[in-house]
Amino acid sequence: MELIQKTAAQLHRLLRDREITAAEITDAVFAQIAACEPQVQSYLALTEASARKTAALVDQKLAGGEDLPPLAGIPIAVKDNLCTEGVTTTCASKMLYNFVPPYSATVVKKVEENLLPITGKVNLDEFAMGSSCENSHFQKTRNPHDLSRVPGGSSGGSAASVAAGEAVLALGSDTGGSIRQPASFCGIVGLKPTYGAVSRYGLVAFASSLDQVGPMARSCEDAAMLFSAITGADEMDATSCDRGHRADYRDYLARDVKGMTVGIPKEYFGEGIDEEVSSAVMQAAQVFRSLGAQVKEVSLPSSPHALSAYYIISSAEASSNLARFDGVKYGYRSEHYQNLQEMYVNTRTEGFGAEVKRRIMLGTYVLSSGYFDAYYKKGKAFQSALCAEFDACFAGCDFLLTPTVPQTAFKLGENIDDPVKMYKSDICTVPVNIAGLPALAMPCGRDKQGLPIGMQLIGPHFGEDVLLSAGHHYEQATGYQFTVPAIASK
Amino acid sequence: MEYEVVIGLEIHAELSTKTKIYCGCKNSFGSEVNSQCCPICLGMPGTLPTLNKQVVEYAIRMGHATHCTINNVTKQDRKNYIYPDLPKAYQISQYDIPLCENGYLEFMVDGEKKRVGITRIHIEEDAGKLIHADSFDGSLVDFNRCGVPLIEIVSEPDIRSPEEAHAYLETIRSILLYLDISDCKMQEGSLRCDVNVSLMPKGSNTFGTRCEMKNVNTFSGAVRAIEYEMARQKEILDAGGVIEQETRRWNDAKGVTELLRSKEDAQDYRYFPEPDLRTIYIPEVHVEELKATIPELPNQKIERYMIAYGLPQKEATLIAEDVSRSHFFERCLEGGKVAPKSVCNWLLGDIAKVLNERGCELGDLALTPERLVELISLIDQKTISTTSAKTVLECILDDGEIAIDQIVKEKGLAQVSDTAVLEAIVAEVLAENAKAVEDYHNGKTNVLGFLVGQCMKRSKGQGNPGLMRQLLEEKI
Repeated sequence: MELIQKTAAQLHRLLRDREITAAEITDAVFAQIAACEPQVQSYLALTEASARKTAALVDQKLAGGEDLPPLAGIPIAVKDNLCTEGVTTTCASKMLYNFVPPYSATVVKKVEENLLPITGKVNLDEFAMGSSCENSHFQKTRNPHDLSRVPGGSSGGSAASVAAGEAVLALGSDTGGSIRQPASFCGIVGLKPTYGAVSRYGLVAFASSLDQVGPMARSCEDAAMLFSAITGADEMDATSCDRGHRADYRDYLARDVKGMTVGIPKEYFGEGIDEEVSSAVMQAAQVFRSLGAQVKEVSLPSSPHALSAYYIISSAEASSNLARFDGVKYGYRSEHYQNLQEMYVNTRTEGFGAEVKRRIMLGTYVLSSGYFDAYYKKGKAFQSALCAEFDACFAGCDFLLTPTVPQTAFKLGENIDDPVKMYKSDICTVPVNIAGLPALAMPCGRDKQGLPIGMQLIGPHFGEDVLLSAGHHYEQATGYQFTVPAIASK
Repeated sequence: MEYEVVIGLEIHAELSTKTKIYCGCKNSFGSEVNSQCCPICLGMPGTLPTLNKQVVEYAIRMGHATHCTINNVTKQDRKNYIYPDLPKAYQISQYDIPLCENGYLEFMVDGEKKRVGITRIHIEEDAGKLIHADSFDGSLVDFNRCGVPLIEIVSEPDIRSPEEAHAYLETIRSILLYLDISDCKMQEGSLRCDVNVSLMPKGSNTFGTRCEMKNVNTFSGAVRAIEYEMARQKEILDAGGVIEQETRRWNDAKGVTELLRSKEDAQDYRYFPEPDLRTIYIPEVHVEELKATIPELPNQKIERYMIAYGLPQKEATLIAEDVSRSHFFERCLEGGKVAPKSVCNWLLGDIAKVLNERGCELGDLALTPERLVELISLIDQKTISTTSAKTVLECILDDGEIAIDQIVKEKGLAQVSDTAVLEAIVAEVLAENAKAVEDYHNGKTNVLGFLVGQCMKRSKGQGNPGLMRQLLEEKI
């Protein structure tokens, strides 16, 4: 019995039936980490001792006959931009190389309350800015399906760890596709929740109006379980809210796809999308049709401009959010300065990587007096227009189906010198963040090279239940089974 | 040339809410350095603000008190600038949609009613404080003040003299105190203002270029800063120069304004809507509920004191402007035992003198309205003389326990109205002052005052002066 090949739902059943122990699962995961971390390099920090302690507690409670939350004992990796009390939270930046927060993110607390052993903190693009994990100050995480390729980003460490069996679940964050794009590249499931569905408290902010924390998992059922554990209003986050859903999203999984209408937005299948990707997603549409859903073409005419609006809004907010990293209070401080001004300048010059600096400059520019109306204000106006287009689609559709990324995982270094080409990797995912919608990324086949292809299911606000049940039915219909790629299982 | 000054004021008032504006930290002054802060007000990575509703309610009440329009739908914005006392590197404030706008304030200056427009009132957070210690090479930061709620009250440029500016500031302060939303302790920095000053030729309607003065921390400082700036600008204009738009710093110690930055160096705050906070929606019902909580304000009180109690404007103003004094005054009048004028005289006379000498407030004394009423009643009943009452007052200012009649008894202050006793004194005084008696009969009736004084002296101040005068007139 290969424990590292199993989904959280399967492991939960085994634990419940006392066929295995939480300690055995944790052992298996740390053994896998020891075996493939030298190649994959997902982790920035391991928290093995506390993970084992949680696992032991779970076993003790199970032995005592206690009723435990469904994910108790399932090892989870946490993206290193989520604050963990007493454990470094670096955002993969030199700027926070030594930052140990005295508080935990609300999602981390919820994970702890649900007794999931936290395996460690996983890699990302610095401050979640990037699509390949290559912008990490510390290391370049590899795609477990092909070690010469990127795992995607920014939640590349989260995706790679789950795909490689180094964790069963992971928490990621998604500002423009940062959960969905790496999920797609690594062949796993990633859910970007509705803006406000999950607390952002303790998530180091990139773009506050777009950021969301979400689950990365091996199946839609697993994603539903983790989403159930982390969703809900939080009094520490004024932008979070409740929509009166059932506490356990697994309750929705059985809901029939029959009678649903799937919208295919034509703008997401044209130029710039790899043929193999388009056809895999169109085949998935056929699967939904065979399950009794109606499939119809819809239009989101503003979509091509979403990337521009995204870079205006996200960079503007980032320039403000990242201004606090100045060397005064915590984190990195330059050793070379004569006065306050020099300390600021040198600290930020030395502490931030190139991509972060590019976005800070971009954001500072678009907010500057005289440019605000031309950029930021236009970006926000675009946001309203795009929301209206999505609303119009959802008036006649239950969810929309698109590719997650225009292509499959690219090689390390392939796009590193061409930021715009790198940005285009997010072309299908950013509109979702701009509109604050939920979207589910999941595997829908392989390309000629055997690399995973991902599809994206976009729902109306707080329509996670629809997405998860549709995705679950797709998995059932296609006999999808998660497997750790051979290269990582060696 | 003769110039007219044009003044606009921006007042920052710290609100006396229980907790800070965006976190649960206590909003208190004078605590140990960096003891009243948490990851949120320290702006640590990943933390988020949540708005304290009480701040919005306090600000709306100030808006009502100054006849503002209350915006039911408003938002908060980020004002971005980097400084070590601002841990997030932005201040959460309000930019284009303030909570309150388009109001006005009326007050009296030199017996004339003056109206000054209120452009806007918005809510924002305070920053920390830099501490420059001689013992330390560098600066230290105290973050206790970070996140203390502020309202900024911006006036229209309607003020035309330093006196008007002073009266405006006093009025704002007394309203804040009446609403009980700020303690207005200038020495603790809970009330600060920026002053905008420009000059225009007398009779002109076109405003000149203005200079803004920061760091004005006292009302008298505001007056002196305005006077200094008027003189500085006049000198430049008279010499044929032009005023540059500048931000200047008031140096209170030297009594001068100093250049802080010119227009070219004006900071670009890159305002944008605060994405961590939701739009603020205030139902009209709630706005109206808050309106109902506005107490009678100084202006209304002054009018009422003049009409209902017959107090002169000056006295009415002196009482009404001071919230603790007016509360004391009104409590004394409850029950209608004593005349308003008597209470007024005591409050503005002997009691005010003591407060002045001690530099304290009415609340710091043990004296209660009930005890003052008791004292005044004793005078009214002619049980003690006014002179004796002053002695009693000295005793009860700081002692709230001791019975007043006990003091009167122990100190022998009871007024003597026994005709037999007084007649004896009158007889003695008349006998010893033959010259005065003679003068009186020769028509110099004003010597009677002198004779009353002599009698009072002989009675050690305890004789009933009215009775004494009556007896003198009879016996002389």
